[in-house]
Amino acid sequence: MNEKKKVFREPLTDNQLLMTITICIFVGMYVLAILILKGGFLHVQQVFDMLNDNASLIIVACGLTIVMITAGIDISVGAVTSLVVMSCVLYLNKGGNIFVSILLALGIGLAFGAVQGFLVSYLDIQPFIVSLAGMFFARGLTTILSVNPQKVEHEGFSKLMDTKIVIPWLGYTAKNGNLVPARLELGVVVALLCVVVIFIVLKFTKLGRGFYAIGGNQTSALMLGINVKRTRFFAYVLCGLLSGISGYVFMMHTGAGNATNAAGMEMNAIAASIIGGTLLTGGVGNVAGTFFGTMTLTTIKKIVVSSGLNDPWWQSITTGGMLCFFILLQSVVLSRRSKKKE
Amino acid sequence: MKNKITNIFKGGFGQLTIPIVAICMLVIFNLFRDPSFFSVGITHNNDGNIVLAGNLISIINAASELAVLAMGMTLVTAACAGQDISVGAAAAIAGSAFVKVLKSGPEITGFSVILAFIIACCVAMIFGAFNGTLVSVFNIQPMIATLILFTCGRSIAYWINGGASVPVDSPIIKAIGSFIPGIPVPTPVLIVIVVAIIFKLVFHFTSLELFTQSVGINGSASRLNGINATFIRLLTFVILGVCVAVAGIIGVSRLGLINHETLLLDVEMDAILAVAIGGNNLGGGKFKISGSIIGAYVIHMLTVTLYAMKVPSTDVKAYKAIVIVILVVIGSPVIKSKFTKFMTQMKNRKQEVAMKGN
Repeated sequence: MNEKKKVFREPLTDNQLLMTITICIFVGMYVLAILILKGGFLHVQQVFDMLNDNASLIIVACGLTIVMITAGIDISVGAVTSLVVMSCVLYLNKGGNIFVSILLALGIGLAFGAVQGFLVSYLDIQPFIVSLAGMFFARGLTTILSVNPQKVEHEGFSKLMDTKIVIPWLGYTAKNGNLVPARLELGVVVALLCVVVIFIVLKFTKLGRGFYAIGGNQTSALMLGINVKRTRFFAYVLCGLLSGISGYVFMMHTGAGNATNAAGMEMNAIAASIIGGTLLTGGVGNVAGTFFGTMTLTTIKKIVVSSGLNDPWWQSITTGGMLCFFILLQSVVLSRRSKKKE
Repeated sequence: MKNKITNIFKGGFGQLTIPIVAICMLVIFNLFRDPSFFSVGITHNNDGNIVLAGNLISIINAASELAVLAMGMTLVTAACAGQDISVGAAAAIAGSAFVKVLKSGPEITGFSVILAFIIACCVAMIFGAFNGTLVSVFNIQPMIATLILFTCGRSIAYWINGGASVPVDSPIIKAIGSFIPGIPVPTPVLIVIVVAIIFKLVFHFTSLELFTQSVGINGSASRLNGINATFIRLLTFVILGVCVAVAGIIGVSRLGLINHETLLLDVEMDAILAVAIGGNNLGGGKFKISGSIIGAYVIHMLTVTLYAMKVPSTDVKAYKAIVIVILVVIGSPVIKSKFTKFMTQMKNRKQEVAMKGN
């Protein structure tokens, strides 16, 4: 009898606890938004819009989560995204092939990931500095490619861009009586696919468990026979690859390249990962949490905009406030748990 | 004395090896490229003062804000094993507060400038204490804790001055930003020297340096030894707050106006870079403030060198990144140990050859 009770009351891990908090807060906030600001939040399209706008952020945040689980950081992701967009746009405008442009995007991402991963894991340089250099390099290259904004003028790509998944039964009736079907961009599918794949990789593969192991304690991971250097290298390569994918998705959303594209995306991605329950110290994190973190961040912004606080400072101040709230909450929860354990 | 010099050549400068090598490399490169790069001339500026002019002066002058910030950042890095990424935003807040106080009076006098300086310092210290509390009391990693202020700092600055970029026109502000009449050296450079001397004196007369290092190396061990680790961490953030206020005021005075969006933009990355180039471990522990100062000058020398080579200002970042990577690769522990191994092997071979010769 007693034993049964014990099994039943097995506590959540830090990982699950932080993710549960995030999901609860996301749902709570969304319900609050529906109750207070009735209008748009009732429509499915609102969620779809949030996904459409943030597909590339979700992908980047997933990559960053992997790196943060290994106790590293990569702040070059936004700049790499911008570089990928610019180079793909220029390539397509010269009459390139769509398939090759995808390969180009993945190649740029992989190259950045591989070089940074090599510098961090094999040469033992601080990840912050390496990725800072990566960020400078990618931003610099973007402006070298073109200072002026470039629009994609490529028939095939325009078709790809306009391809949207239309779900009529999730739509709503507009004021003039027309039925507006719910639209989902292809990029969102890619983003969700990335989340699922990375979730599986982190949960069920040797490599994924290795990420958690070296993030939790590098020395004991080494003792367990994990190739720490190679595992860390792959974390950065994956992150780079995801930045490449994110760049392509960004281009499918905006259809134009600009030197200031994805400015500040790295910080948004870090914030999303943190809200999703990833700890910068490593070993704790989950891409599902990151996904909900991104959605929470977006919901905050949507709520601020739709509640009429249109002044530009409100968005960042409320985002900062929410971030503060989440960070404090996590810290308090984790410290109380560690005290209980003692 | 001779012994000391040979020691330096044998063992390098210790922690200062990377920054000194970097600055030497840049100097030599520039000497080969264009010897007149370092010429310092004496000219009259618009106000009729006799001032020093030249690339070297402009490098040292332009790096002032960065040098001041790097000093504070070194302390935070050493004690908290993390960096403050909100310094640019906090400097914008401090600058806005400075301008707000100056503008609230009827005219700008020496007294009002001092008052504004004190208030700006207090504001920056409060924000520093906010960051510091999150880091020290709630045990949050510094980068995450300061991400909050990084996100909303510039908006707060916007809000203080009601969104406009307010110009400040006064001979006193001009003197802080460029030259004091009669002194040929730019004032920001003098401010950096004063701040550096204050740091030196504080380290000399208090045990702050020792305590900071011990907290950074092992927080719980130093707590068991009777050092209040929480307080030391908080204190480093407050000290950084003062540095931020000074940097913000230099920035405002240089332009003669407060622009919350562009004041010291992206300076946080450069400040962290300066700390890293200075040979300080970003994971906390031992530190040398002099290294960070040299690091700040290295960054600006690099930028000015690139400008002198007619690289467009938008492309500078890419070249900067390449140099940074080269520097950190040279300084990385793996390369260092390989190099020493190689050197000892060479030495052994030489000895063997000598033995055979005998």
